[in-house]
Amino acid sequence: MSEVLIVPTMAEMLAQGKQPEVLFWVGCAGSFDDRAKKITKAFVRILNRANVSFAVLGTEESCTGDPAKRAGNEFLFQMQAMMNIEVLNAYEAKKIVTACPHCFNTLKNEYPELGGQYEVIHHTEFLKSLLNDGRLTIEGGQFKGKKITFHDPCYLGRANKVYEAPRDLIEKLDVELVEMKRSKSNGLCCGAGGAQMFKDAEKGDKEINIERTEDALATQSEIIATGCPFCNTMMTDGIKNKEKEADVKVMDIAELIANAQDL
Amino acid sequence: MSYLDNILFAVVLIVGFGYFILNIKKIYRNVNLGIDVNRNDNSKQRWRNMALVALGQKKMFTRPIPAVLHFMLYAAFIITQIELLEIFVDGLFGTHRFFKGGLGGFYTFLISFIEILSLLALIATIAFLLRRNLLKLPRLNKAELLGWPKKDANLILIMEIILVLCIFTMNGTDEVLYSLGKSHFEGTGSFNFAVSQHLGPVLFGGMGEGTLHILERIGWWGHFLMVIAFLNYLYYSKHLHILLAFPNTYFANLKPLGEFDNLASVTKEVKMMMDPNADPFAAPAASEGEVHAKFGASDVQDLNWGQLLNAYTCTECGRCSSVCPANITGKKLSPRKIMMDTRDRLEEVGRNIDANKGVFVSDNKSLLNDYITPEELWACTSCNACVEECPVSISPLSIIMDMRRYLVMEQSAAPMPLNSMMTNVENNGAPWPYNQQDRLNWKNEL
Repeated sequence: MSEVLIVPTMAEMLAQGKQPEVLFWVGCAGSFDDRAKKITKAFVRILNRANVSFAVLGTEESCTGDPAKRAGNEFLFQMQAMMNIEVLNAYEAKKIVTACPHCFNTLKNEYPELGGQYEVIHHTEFLKSLLNDGRLTIEGGQFKGKKITFHDPCYLGRANKVYEAPRDLIEKLDVELVEMKRSKSNGLCCGAGGAQMFKDAEKGDKEINIERTEDALATQSEIIATGCPFCNTMMTDGIKNKEKEADVKVMDIAELIANAQDL
Repeated sequence: MSYLDNILFAVVLIVGFGYFILNIKKIYRNVNLGIDVNRNDNSKQRWRNMALVALGQKKMFTRPIPAVLHFMLYAAFIITQIELLEIFVDGLFGTHRFFKGGLGGFYTFLISFIEILSLLALIATIAFLLRRNLLKLPRLNKAELLGWPKKDANLILIMEIILVLCIFTMNGTDEVLYSLGKSHFEGTGSFNFAVSQHLGPVLFGGMGEGTLHILERIGWWGHFLMVIAFLNYLYYSKHLHILLAFPNTYFANLKPLGEFDNLASVTKEVKMMMDPNADPFAAPAASEGEVHAKFGASDVQDLNWGQLLNAYTCTECGRCSSVCPANITGKKLSPRKIMMDTRDRLEEVGRNIDANKGVFVSDNKSLLNDYITPEELWACTSCNACVEECPVSISPLSIIMDMRRYLVMEQSAAPMPLNSMMTNVENNGAPWPYNQQDRLNWKNEL
């Protein structure tokens, strides 16, 4: 598929004297991780389709500092935060959307005190608002009638109480949304948070992502929907471990919406 | 001679409450060993949380069966205090059922209400005992509960059973005595209390007047002494939540669970580092009276008072550990153990201070390593399940994070892969070794 993604940078926008409606914070996973890049592109396709005026920081973006902070390195976190805030404030960013709940949480909750005051929303909330404003239509397409379960990312759900936006979007796909036995505020972590993504697990009798994958498989769903690139990795690994790749797909909500419309 | 009872009663009352107040003062002193944190903002929201979470037990009801059983105990506990008040008056002034004269029919209703709740509490207590000892519920049988904590829990339940039995002995025998016209309450008839008017004659009917009077006093004194004993046992038990749940929910963190505090001491240093006008050779600003802050926490004095209050409030129910992804999958981390360890260490520090005339003398021990191991701390995914689950708004996660901060910023003791991750963030602005200049490459990849 030859596709042209329109992805302006804040620098280009500034050069043209323009301010985008929203700044898309891509995040490290969304920029570098092969699986997560697909999510980034799916989200951009939707933004392009809905004619949303957005821009990215591109090479001026840097890690929010979330994994450093959760690992206990407050120094590194605040260094990252202050550098990012300088860049964001220089561009007079007002509204930020991101597909990573970790970036979302950090930008939204931990940057204000350090001088970074923005309206920060998760991409599922943003897509929901596009839908509400009639700027986006969602059809079931290839997913119509399928069973889908949603895994709540901790930093979206419990951390920030965003439970409904992703579910509302899934339901628009004309699918059967089935809840896992542990969901919403009782959702079980995928095992990646708190910088666990970047280290081996401590000794135990099971990997957390396997425990969570079993929750998801118990719903008999064909698709496990997530809203976090790290949950996506963990669940995908879990599915592989269970040798269910042929039957069960792990997809981000942005991908579901983009794919349903053959974007 | 007839004043002997009243004097004895007054002495027990004063000593009992006096000792309790001493222990409360000790808790207050120990909690204040923690560093300061502002938990006095937004009082409206705080009162609301206390009303809902502590008084209304909102979070208990996510697990309905224990919630209902617990509520029976809780309601009985609250309402029985009215009868206790009467015991205080009767005990001090030698009256008998002092409230009955003034309250009349309402008194009958009140005591009946207490009796019904006490009966429910008895059922709940027995159910809890069976559940704890026979059902082998995983969260009530984890490693950190073995030994004293398990005995402690059973002891509390047994004390509650004795208390309820005393109430029924007291009211049941008095019912029989009253029907014989021999009660210390003037007249004859039935008190018409919901439970004891039936239970009394069945259990105590036909007994001699002397025996009945002795049993009545045993019930009455038993009730009183049990309350005093319970009150003073609280400090040594895991059961302080019946009191501390209220301040603890009031002073709980109001911010979104995902928001971790930004260390102000770090902000200062980072700002200086990033200030292009700062003199690179300048000695650290000598701010008066400022002690070099330790980054993170290695001992209880490095935690804030909110976290220390959390530790005293924990009643070791283990809901936190039962939802912890690390604990579920067999890792050493148990959020409940984090709270128990924090309290145990705080008590140890408190005893040290008591023994050394009010000053803490180093004992070469600390919360880190001697109680909580790095292995436990590194197993946390910071998912907030424990915080969300706690029925009294305790945050084991905040303690874990503060201790990780100490490990990383004071000891550079992060697991190796995390050091690589942090080096990457520092050098390339991403947790992986990719170049920041390549951040937008995805745009043109197929």
